[in-house]
Amino acid sequence: MNNLLLVPVLAPFLIGTILILFKNHLTVQRWISAITAIGMLGFAFYITYIVYVDGIQTIELGGWAPPFGIVLVADLFASLMVILSSIVGVVCLFFAFQTISKEREKFFFYPFYMYLLAGVHGAFLTGDLFNLFVFFEVMLIASYILIVHGGTKYQLRESFKYVVINVFASIFFIVGIAYIYSITGTLNMADIAVRVAEIEQTGVLNAIAVLFLVVFGMKGGLFPLYFWLPNSYFGPPSAIAALFGGLLTKVGIYAIIRTFTLIFIHDPGFTHNLILILAGGTMFFGVLGAVAQFDFKRILSFHIISQVGYMALGLGLYSQLAIAGAIYYIAHHIIVKSALFLFCGATEKITGTTDLKKMSGLLKSYPVLGWLFLVTAISLAGIPPLSGFFSKFALILNGIEQERYFIVFISLVVGILTLFSMMKIFIYVFWGEESLAEKDKNKPIMPLLAPILPLVALTVILGIGAEPIFSFSMEVANQLLEPSQYINSVLKE
Amino acid sequence: MKTNYLMLHTITRIVALIILSFSVYLFFAGHYTPGGGFIGGLMFACGLLLLYLSFDLNKIQTVLPIDFEKVIAIGLLIGIGTGLNSLLFGDPFFTMYFDTFTIWPFGEVALTTTTPFAIAIFLVVVGVALLTILTIAGDEA
Repeated sequence: MNNLLLVPVLAPFLIGTILILFKNHLTVQRWISAITAIGMLGFAFYITYIVYVDGIQTIELGGWAPPFGIVLVADLFASLMVILSSIVGVVCLFFAFQTISKEREKFFFYPFYMYLLAGVHGAFLTGDLFNLFVFFEVMLIASYILIVHGGTKYQLRESFKYVVINVFASIFFIVGIAYIYSITGTLNMADIAVRVAEIEQTGVLNAIAVLFLVVFGMKGGLFPLYFWLPNSYFGPPSAIAALFGGLLTKVGIYAIIRTFTLIFIHDPGFTHNLILILAGGTMFFGVLGAVAQFDFKRILSFHIISQVGYMALGLGLYSQLAIAGAIYYIAHHIIVKSALFLFCGATEKITGTTDLKKMSGLLKSYPVLGWLFLVTAISLAGIPPLSGFFSKFALILNGIEQERYFIVFISLVVGILTLFSMMKIFIYVFWGEESLAEKDKNKPIMPLLAPILPLVALTVILGIGAEPIFSFSMEVANQLLEPSQYINSVLKE
Repeated sequence: MKTNYLMLHTITRIVALIILSFSVYLFFAGHYTPGGGFIGGLMFACGLLLLYLSFDLNKIQTVLPIDFEKVIAIGLLIGIGTGLNSLLFGDPFFTMYFDTFTIWPFGEVALTTTTPFAIAIFLVVVGVALLTILTIAGDEA
């Protein structure tokens, strides 16, 4: 029993509620939410440390023992995800202070920001399939509000589609939960894992596995269910787009990795090969979309899709090295993608547009912005010694070891196309004749860059310090591949 | 043209009182029998809504100057607080405490920490229902 696990879920929920009471005091709201976000980051590190030293931590809410009661479980993977989402939470919040307009702030921006974090952390930490659904809904409802926040015409149109597709996915989710409950008679993930192992994963359970894959794939942006993502992420302001781009799809990926390393692990020839095929499609079609676009934000949104494919690739290969690569990739992606969206927000603040063809020559007036963007962009593409290289290297190495040459080939092509579209952004935005009006040349951008700097530093650190961080990912993967550890610490057998 | 709402007004005054008190009864019935915070709250909201419907929106707002956004927030805070009190005793979050007390003039009363949680739900339901309806009703366009 460890009540500490509640902090990442409960603190943002409690603070968000308190913030509602300070509706008209924006400075108070900013201070409280900033302190909460930073405090939560500290707690996330502390929890990970405890999990690392003492093993998997659980808490049984209300004192009801599993499989009957609700449990929260923190293993290494979950607590690592909480750290990552807390980092993005802090950074995007500070960026929002600079860029979100007063009108938007007044309408409960910070409370819903906090609720979103509560939902995301809850989804990471829950050990119960139904509560995974509940926390998904908490997260989604907060995201519906943040994505339409501000209510421009474009946002209203696209977020309607976003809401419909997610409600649709949620219906399938609850149907899947009902199926699995009718077969195993339990909702506790550890208990389900035990029962599934007993009754063998045959036809019906494979069908349920595919149903879950469809649901989480829809939320995570897997091929062919990613079509909603680029348009809906284009609408909201960059601080929100960065938070969504960094976090929300990764919650779907987290759920896929959790279910397919804990529950549906007895027929990898079917399920994990299916994931591999989807991963290939996701990478390839996502990056093709990005190559075709000429808008800063849309290119980044399509890249989310192609990158999600790499994470699914790691799960599909299903070995310790590949899953460690996928985990490293998730960490790298959350940091780099959020940073890129924030760079997009910064250039939008300077030029007033996200259309690449309307921008050029920013490098002359804003050299720091330009070079920092370049570092982040080539990190996304996977140039050594930055973080993107090592994550892709592990995946590709393991793909070759397993003789899956076709998917390795696809991922290499995707890497090149990623580099191509990142360079396209850099050339259009930062090179060429300077087209800025005189008044735009000396805008103070240091307050905008300050929140991004830690992210850029992190991608460099993840790259240069790859050895210890990768060995940590290997331990996370090791824990994931031995579900008995998870099961024993939840059921205490 | 001036419309006469005499019958509606007279009946509403009586019926609203009955609905509101029945909702409180339902709320307390909820621990062992059908009822509880959610149903009670919905019915309470319906009673208030009847008042809003038969009288004017502005008139009720001068009589009952309640900010329903705050009602939701306070409800949520009570709810979280009920969970948090177990942390004081070092028990897991949301542990329920239950005991019977003798309180004059009710005699022996069973008190449990789920009651404040039900109050929290009651407040949130009332707040959400009325906030939604009044926002739509107050929309001029």
